[in-house]
Amino acid sequence: MEGNGKIEKNSREGIEIMKAPIKSIKDLPLEENLLPGTPACAGCGGLLALRHCLKALGRKTVIVNAASCFTLLSIYPFTPFKNSWLYAAMACAPAGAQGIRDALDILIRKGRLDPEEDLKVVVLTGDGAAYDMGLSSTSSAIHRNLDFYYICYDNEAYGNTGFQWSGATPFASRTGTTPPGKMSKTGAEFLKKDLFEIWRSQKPPYLATISPAHPVDLFNKFKKAEQFNGPKLFIALSPCPPGWGMDPSLSNRIAKLAVTTGIWPLKESVYGDVKHTVVPEKFRPVEEYLKEQRRFVHLFKPERNEGTIKKIQDTVDSYWKLIPARARRRYNRVRNTKSL
Amino acid sequence: MGKELLTGNASAAWAVRLAEVDFVPVYPVTPQTEIIETLARWICDGFMDAKLITMDSEHSMIIAAGAASATGVRSFTATSSQGLMYGFEMLYTVAGWRVPLVMVNVSRGLSSPITLEPDHNDILAARDTGFLQIHCETCQEVLDLILMAYRLAEDERVLLPAFVNMDGFYLSFTREPVEIPDLEEVRRFLPPYRPRHAFFKASQPMSQGVAVLGGLAYSYFKYQMHLASTRALEVYKEISLEFEKTFGRKYGTYEGYMMDDAEYVLVMTNSFSTLGKAAIKRARGKGLKAGLLRLRLLRPFPETDIRDVMRGRKAVAVIDQNVSIGKGGILHSEFASCFCNEEKKPLLLSFIGGLGGKNISPGEFEFIFDSMVRIGETGEIPTQKLLYTEMEWKEMERLKRIAGKG
Repeated sequence: MEGNGKIEKNSREGIEIMKAPIKSIKDLPLEENLLPGTPACAGCGGLLALRHCLKALGRKTVIVNAASCFTLLSIYPFTPFKNSWLYAAMACAPAGAQGIRDALDILIRKGRLDPEEDLKVVVLTGDGAAYDMGLSSTSSAIHRNLDFYYICYDNEAYGNTGFQWSGATPFASRTGTTPPGKMSKTGAEFLKKDLFEIWRSQKPPYLATISPAHPVDLFNKFKKAEQFNGPKLFIALSPCPPGWGMDPSLSNRIAKLAVTTGIWPLKESVYGDVKHTVVPEKFRPVEEYLKEQRRFVHLFKPERNEGTIKKIQDTVDSYWKLIPARARRRYNRVRNTKSL
Repeated sequence: MGKELLTGNASAAWAVRLAEVDFVPVYPVTPQTEIIETLARWICDGFMDAKLITMDSEHSMIIAAGAASATGVRSFTATSSQGLMYGFEMLYTVAGWRVPLVMVNVSRGLSSPITLEPDHNDILAARDTGFLQIHCETCQEVLDLILMAYRLAEDERVLLPAFVNMDGFYLSFTREPVEIPDLEEVRRFLPPYRPRHAFFKASQPMSQGVAVLGGLAYSYFKYQMHLASTRALEVYKEISLEFEKTFGRKYGTYEGYMMDDAEYVLVMTNSFSTLGKAAIKRARGKGLKAGLLRLRLLRPFPETDIRDVMRGRKAVAVIDQNVSIGKGGILHSEFASCFCNEEKKPLLLSFIGGLGGKNISPGEFEFIFDSMVRIGETGEIPTQKLLYTEMEWKEMERLKRIAGKG
């Protein structure tokens, strides 16, 4: 926790950090493990989320990356990371993580590597790998209780190829392969795949949704996850200015709107038990989120598509109806919604 | 240790045990599975200090093996046929990482039609990946050449992964007397893997497998791989000498059988070479100066060795147990490229045979020898031949009639 005076003052032992989660963005460590100067797009929500994740994970980390936008963060001979990196392939980053984790364990057990040299193994993928192509290798890594972190930065489409439909694409989104047109006015016809529930069905020790606009929640979730041996999985809804069709300066605002409209519930699961960690006091209409993005503009222009907008709102409402009111009250509420 | 009766698969497992491999990610596929079952049993019984883990696919298996190797442990894995195809993307990937992974492929024909018995379209599909390739005829070779493959792959002048190939069924499940080397001797020949080039550890952050943009860096790294692979030829010869000194068995880049005065040469690989050697004996009995060249090292391709040994021969017949659909035998093409600039080159004939484990009968070998001799008389080079006997043709007609297609 170097560079973070506040936390060190509050806790003598590193372990206390988990018991006393940080309260404010000012408590985030100053330590940066992802440095500026990357070729990522301006306003990339995924990059901001990753920056916060690496503050929590620290420097003793090796990232195993699947083909995605972030594959282009490390381009020979440069890297923005202060930690290690291995580019694997699209479908099998968790299998690469298995190889590294097992090798480190073997080397330490056989006395060929100082335990101080051990690393956290972190898989970093986009939603294409996480929701679609990489599910087999991910599911089996969870099944084998591999001790690793998995970060999916979810921009709801194949972003690096120019924004085409993926299993993470929400209903009605325009993508390169789901263009609204004369024959189909809606855009994407299926609901977003529920990766959280797919993962949860295997009861990993820790599982969470996160948002770059909620760094305190994000940081505390990583710190909580640290105590578990086994798969620790994170899905970060990641605004994508070129794909979502919005000004890069609005990334944070859109990420917050995803939470305050109830579209992106911030939650965690410990061995399958779900808690919502950030619940809006009052939900804003999904329309406020949709109309900020060109990928949904066909729902409003040339004429308003009331049916589709209602279907999106109904989907969100029916999700939250299933969450008991007391469960909602128990956890942090979103404050300062006015600052949106 | 004395000789024991071992299958090809068991010989492979023994090599892995003697090489004191640390990590074995696996995925079952016929006819390779006996290797991983044998290793699993030894690990569970405490004869091997290694971790074996079943992955969700060969794709995952190969990258797990490669990533572990990149982290600094000695890794092994094995596959066959469809499994090799399923993991194919990862072959290029881990070869590009320059990790000295050793992998056994047990050859089996590729779907479709889906089948079990061997030919070499699976392993030869991997010839351009950057993996070195060593092909075996006997169970003893399987054991010995895996040990040599580790030495070769881990040599700092090489640092490329390596395949050791054997035929499914005909070698994988055939028992032969095999000399199991002494562990201490193996340790002297193959020291523990302690890489200086690449590893992951906290005190030294390192990026591996990073992207490049543009041909400048891409070509640089690909050329390096190619140069390392061609360099592996001389390294192989050094290691081969050392192996001979240690264990008394010699493995050149190829095996010559009755080659000294041979005018007519058969070229084969893997276990069907045994059929070829029997045919050579019969031909010699009839007074024909015939010999057989069995390729052992296919990548790097020992081009100079082949040119040298073939100089002055009358005719060379390559029997390809594979078919590049629309072109023909893969090894025939590779041989042709060895000779095309030679002034006095042997006549080169191409035969395709043994696909999906189909037998090559004595009659077919006679036909091949006749074809070679006849060129001398007529000067006419026959077109490429697909070997298939009349009896086989009739049997196929019979099957078609049963299927209602007669």
